Amino acid sequence: MTLIQGRTGEWECVIGLEIHAQVISKAKLFSGAPTDFGAEPNTQVSFVDAAMPGMLPVINGFCVEQAVRTGLGLGAEINLVSVFDRKNYFYPDLPQGYQISQFPRPIVGKGSITLDLEGGETRTVGITRLHLEQDAGKSLHDRDPGATYIDLNRSGVALMEIVSEPDMRSAAEAGAYIRKLRSILRYLGTCDGNMEEGSLRADVNVSVRRPGEELGTRCEIKNVNSVRFVQQAIEYEASRQIDIIEDGGEIAQETRLFDPSRGETRAMRTKEESHDYRYFPDPDLLPLELDADWVAGIKASLPELPEAKKARFMADFDLNAYDAGVLVAERETAEYFEAVAEGRDAKACANWVTGDLFAALNKAGLGITDAPVTASSLGALIDLIDDGTISRRIAKEVFETMWRTGNDAAAIVAEKGLEQISDTAAIEAEIDTIIAANPGQVAEFKGGNEKVIGWFVGQVMKATGGKANPKTVNEILRKKLAD
Amino acid sequence: MTGLADLTLAEARDGLRSRDFSALELAEAEIGAVEAARGLNAFITETPERALAQAKRSDARLAKGEGLALDGLPLAIKDLFCTEGTLTTAASHILDGFTPRYESTVTAKLWAAGAVMLGKTNLDEFAMGSSSTQSHYGPVENPWRQAGEDRPLVPGGSSGGSAAAVAARAGLGATGTDTGGSIRQPASFCGVVGMKPTYGRCSRFGIVAFASSLDQAGPLARTVRDCAILLGVMAGYDPRDSTSADIEVPDFEAALSGDVRGLKVGIPKEYRIDGMGEEIEKLWRHGIDWLEGAGAETVEISLPHTRYALPCYYILAPAEASANLARYDGVRYGLRVPGDSIDGMYENTRAEGFGQEVKRRVLIGTYVLSAGYYDAYYLKAQRIRTLISRDFTAAFEEADVILTPTTPSAAFAIGEKMDDPIAMYLNDVFTVPASLAGLPGISLPAGLSATGLPLGLQLIGRAFDEETVLRTAGVLEDAAAFDARPGRGGGE
Repeated sequence: MTLIQGRTGEWECVIGLEIHAQVISKAKLFSGAPTDFGAEPNTQVSFVDAAMPGMLPVINGFCVEQAVRTGLGLGAEINLVSVFDRKNYFYPDLPQGYQISQFPRPIVGKGSITLDLEGGETRTVGITRLHLEQDAGKSLHDRDPGATYIDLNRSGVALMEIVSEPDMRSAAEAGAYIRKLRSILRYLGTCDGNMEEGSLRADVNVSVRRPGEELGTRCEIKNVNSVRFVQQAIEYEASRQIDIIEDGGEIAQETRLFDPSRGETRAMRTKEESHDYRYFPDPDLLPLELDADWVAGIKASLPELPEAKKARFMADFDLNAYDAGVLVAERETAEYFEAVAEGRDAKACANWVTGDLFAALNKAGLGITDAPVTASSLGALIDLIDDGTISRRIAKEVFETMWRTGNDAAAIVAEKGLEQISDTAAIEAEIDTIIAANPGQVAEFKGGNEKVIGWFVGQVMKATGGKANPKTVNEILRKKLAD
Repeated sequence: MTGLADLTLAEARDGLRSRDFSALELAEAEIGAVEAARGLNAFITETPERALAQAKRSDARLAKGEGLALDGLPLAIKDLFCTEGTLTTAASHILDGFTPRYESTVTAKLWAAGAVMLGKTNLDEFAMGSSSTQSHYGPVENPWRQAGEDRPLVPGGSSGGSAAAVAARAGLGATGTDTGGSIRQPASFCGVVGMKPTYGRCSRFGIVAFASSLDQAGPLARTVRDCAILLGVMAGYDPRDSTSADIEVPDFEAALSGDVRGLKVGIPKEYRIDGMGEEIEKLWRHGIDWLEGAGAETVEISLPHTRYALPCYYILAPAEASANLARYDGVRYGLRVPGDSIDGMYENTRAEGFGQEVKRRVLIGTYVLSAGYYDAYYLKAQRIRTLISRDFTAAFEEADVILTPTTPSAAFAIGEKMDDPIAMYLNDVFTVPASLAGLPGISLPAGLSATGLPLGLQLIGRAFDEETVLRTAGVLEDAAAFDARPGRGGGE
């Protein structure tokens, strides 16, 4: 258990997350307007999105399907009847004066997520519910000192609000939760998980308590838009709350904002100032009724999800939990790895993918789908090691050339003459020359200094341009030096 | 003298088809009637150029024998329907200058059937009212007068402009919307026929919303047949309205067989309320006699939750309205009154833009949805609504159609009941229950009061059984032989 040491003793931090995930869909939740990111302001707005008089919402069936798919991916109950409600408040970027959301009867009920923690440890976090709702537009306050501009492109875009149980106990767990949820959403193709573009945003509920005691009063930190900021916000907020309590104060239930430039949270509004949203069922929409067979059809079409894939990688490829976890985190990585590992030594392939490939991708700032070395060409490189054509050390060089030029491993090896020398006669000749030229080192070896053999190996490799098979070199050297 | 504007819609249709007169001639006559009736303030916007242009196109089709269902027939449109390129106000200051770039489904269907638009009719602001006096554009006058008096009377509401126009022969028919009686009550006050179809029968797309779970479009006209013809065109499934019903539209006109033999007509005992005038009672008795005379059987039925209908309605409708009217915030269209902050702008705009009755209902609606009050008001009202629906379901086990008066009294004078909203709300006591149950209802003129004002009878039917309602109404209409004419209007 992760505990925080305060002045007066240990504290436990309790965290729950509400994630707003933008549904991947060409059209909005209740209108046919497009949802492309980065379009010119107010170019993706229908009369419905602008709440013109007499306009009516019509549910987008694909968004419903996406929500059901997500619910199934989270192992959650799907509610065959759910209801859309109006959440009433005034704001200029909320054209209807209410957000269409779901309150007492969401489309998805209880589910869970398994977190991958450090050292291959796992932890299960409960999902309370998932519901569908409309996004609001955007207010732009920085265009003009005396006016606010409104961009309604985002108005009406479908969001899934995914609410967790207060099951997390540290910033690290909260980070692991978001990463895992994002991974599942991407596997399912229901949200792109892009936090910079706002496709995934987190409201973070934080409270502290003495271990084993009742839950403390919580504060909600709104709209945090990166995993790092979520973790910073939790750490700041936990210590702020502990300081207040240890100084004899009480936590006020309130909504706070995280300021990334200062790394701190600030009060936004207190419970007393909170809105009365006056939720009631939206009379423009009938209750949403799903057909059980239709849900079953979606369930049958779900892809293999990271949890199952990880288990399979561990069982079939004999990978450890950590490597398997890293390889399945992104669907594309897992697919790449499986293509490389097909018919090859999986452990070696995992090392190549998580080692040289990841390093090169990080350095170049590329995603795996943009890698200049494809899975099949990496596989061919690994084959050259396995059949003894090149050494592991040469292979690293070849990989770098492949990355740079996009050429095949075999072609690079042939062109540069990098084939490994396993011809004993050639190696023997080199060794004889070196032994003859270095009687001092020979004497040292004979005097019992076994370590000097490494120096001889180095000399041989240098003389052969690294192409000699190190195993062969070692064997011949030992035989000759012993003579 | 009988001019073209005095024809019924069915007569005009037949006259156009047989080329007795042209659509242009008819449109010109109707435009003249609209001008002559201006004193009634029934129209907010007149669209004579558009009417003439549409009439010419109708003539071209009629000349080729390709006339559409409503080709060349001039209609008045309640100014709650959004009409592309024509000012749409909902009779509210807050929609100042609002000209939609889209057309409501119902009006689009009318134009596609060849109908001609005379203009947009006045109403109670956002359809909230029973008098058509709550309009930013001033009150509508009923073309009827009490015998020997010239005090202007209300036409009822909220579709009062439409009812007054049709009664004054300024339009062969009109569209209305009915939330708690807004078609039937003004039809009754103005001596015309008005029908609210089953909830879901007509699309709500493009109609400025008042209370979404109750609002329903319907026709007003001078005969039951005319209403049947109009409803046939206005009705139909619309994928743009999630509450519209995907049910085939029958041939309503063909339902007017004139035969009600064996039909069971329910007479609800709970509709004999205190304060209902003796002459209303008498009219109801006539209705029963007429239907029995035509071979129908009357049965007493019970609708036990009737007395809760009005309070239930005045919780649910304002609750929905409080959210529906939140979009009128001065940000995107209509009136904007500046303020020193965004909240200040909202407050100034809505304070100036909304009239007193609208504000009253927005406040009531906001209150009943508030934390701590929701269960006591909104939720309880929803439960009562369910009980009222069940009352009707049970009643329709014994009866095929229900006969009631439309209103507890005849039209009252402009200015009366203005300081007593409860008295005003009582106008809807007989119309609201069918609205809450989503059932079809029609009001038709069945006689005159002692003071010479029209009185209406209401028929309520099973959901999506407008045919029985129309058929019964046709028989009542024949028996009542109502041929009185209002004292003021445009047709004479």
